[in-house]
Amino acid sequence: MRLVAHQFRYDQKAFWRNPAAVFFTVGFPVILLLIFATVFGDQTIDVRGGIETTAYYVPAIITVAVISATMQSLAMSLVIAREDGRLKRGRGTPMPAWVFIAGRVGNSIVVALMMLALIAVLGRVLYGVAIPWGQLPELVVVLAVGSAAFCCLGIALTAAIPSQDAAAPIVNALLLPLYFLSGVFIPEDELPDGVVNFANHFPVRDFFEAFFAAYMPAGGGSGVDWGNLAVVAIWGVAGLLLAIRFFRWTPRGG
Amino acid sequence: MPEPVISIRGLRKSYGDFEAVRGIDLEVHAGEVFAFLGPNGAGKTTTVEILEGYRKRSGGEVSVLGEDPQRGGRSWRERIGIVLQSCRLDPYLTVRESLGLYAGYYRAPRPVDEVIELVGLAGKADDRARSLSGGQQRRLDVGMALIGDPELLFLDEPTTGFDPSARRQAWETIAGLRDLGKTVFLTTHYMDEAQRLADRVTIIAGGEIVATGTPEDLGDRDNQPATISFRLPPGVSAGEVPGNGTPGAGGELSFSTPTPVSLLNELTGWALERGVDLDGLEVTRPTLEDIYLELTE
Repeated sequence: MRLVAHQFRYDQKAFWRNPAAVFFTVGFPVILLLIFATVFGDQTIDVRGGIETTAYYVPAIITVAVISATMQSLAMSLVIAREDGRLKRGRGTPMPAWVFIAGRVGNSIVVALMMLALIAVLGRVLYGVAIPWGQLPELVVVLAVGSAAFCCLGIALTAAIPSQDAAAPIVNALLLPLYFLSGVFIPEDELPDGVVNFANHFPVRDFFEAFFAAYMPAGGGSGVDWGNLAVVAIWGVAGLLLAIRFFRWTPRGG
Repeated sequence: MPEPVISIRGLRKSYGDFEAVRGIDLEVHAGEVFAFLGPNGAGKTTTVEILEGYRKRSGGEVSVLGEDPQRGGRSWRERIGIVLQSCRLDPYLTVRESLGLYAGYYRAPRPVDEVIELVGLAGKADDRARSLSGGQQRRLDVGMALIGDPELLFLDEPTTGFDPSARRQAWETIAGLRDLGKTVFLTTHYMDEAQRLADRVTIIAGGEIVATGTPEDLGDRDNQPATISFRLPPGVSAGEVPGNGTPGAGGELSFSTPTPVSLLNELTGWALERGVDLDGLEVTRPTLEDIYLELTE
């Protein structure tokens, strides 16, 4: 555990000094929130009896921020470390291999938590979207399951990424369409049913629905959407199994 | 005689149908700098990665610090240091931080500042790895291998691709390891590197060991025939010169002889008698480079 904390401390340093990592995990979601809220700001969205666009986008963009802090950032940073030879080099030390992964996962989860707070505060300050303090336990549960699942998916995805140059295109080619199709970027009342049904096969949609329900529970419900959360967890377990089977420590190129 | 630090018997490694290492034997003893020399693709990296525990062997016996590297655990890893052939360090961590990170992996690391001094990066301690030159990054890499205070250090082609001044700096760092009493297993394809740094050199080619010895006596260099050569004096034909010379380009005459002293005496005696000079007179022994090329071709 002390080793994990040690590794985590250095991963944090390296993360915040890396302009590309900070831009994509922190800057990008903030920019998305500002753009969507500005463009569609004074409309209402026809879900749950009609809510304001800004109230819809705050949990939607937190969903994006959590996925990019976990799955996206982990897949990219692990592929870079693998191809640089750093994963292999670390394996040559007495440090157990899982510590390296644990440090990165810890980094992802801390950044995800920070992004939750940042977007929630921006939503409150700029657009008057209430922060659901009463929902804190539900949010923690959903976030814990979601972060863990998307971390596992990110680690599994590294096996499909052959080189550093391929990392960003592959991750974005998977996630960007899913954000659109799952109602994250475009409110779901604007999407044809077929599209939403298609997106329902993938974990972005389930995580978004679970997170939305926790952030804005409909009519006094508990706010934990166990069905969607279970689907996210199953994806996570599948990712974990794939990661255990296919993750590699040595560079692929050469 | 104490047990060797590294002992290899009949080591084999195949990748599919290709046999990269074909039954090699070698021993490395405590405190020596051992160079494993060979051209690209000779089986050097395969061998060193088997010793480091990264690869599984196909056959033979291997012992490193008394353990089989395939089963080496944490306490075994505490005792070895590894510099990979190519590894980019975290570009966003400073020299001090990179060493601090690795120091945390070991039970009894050397002090970070001491290692910075040791690898000659004192002025760069707070610079990020990305701003270091290739030679400086390599020295940091060596520092990260030294931070756990290992008994045995593996260096896989530590200066490949370096310019001459970076190589010289890396050599100074490696030469310093000997003074610390470390055992060093070095692979290289540079003859001069092996000659400069190693106590003992083994040459591998095509997965087999072709020669082993000190840099001085490698390939039986001491007993190889010497070459005497000079330019043929004007107006003298090759046939008039004693000995059995071979005419070469530019009117040069050369002799290969196991007894250069007596042949030289005979030749100079003849020249004095004839009243001619032997321009460009030279006696040479085959260089290590000559031996190496001959063995690996």
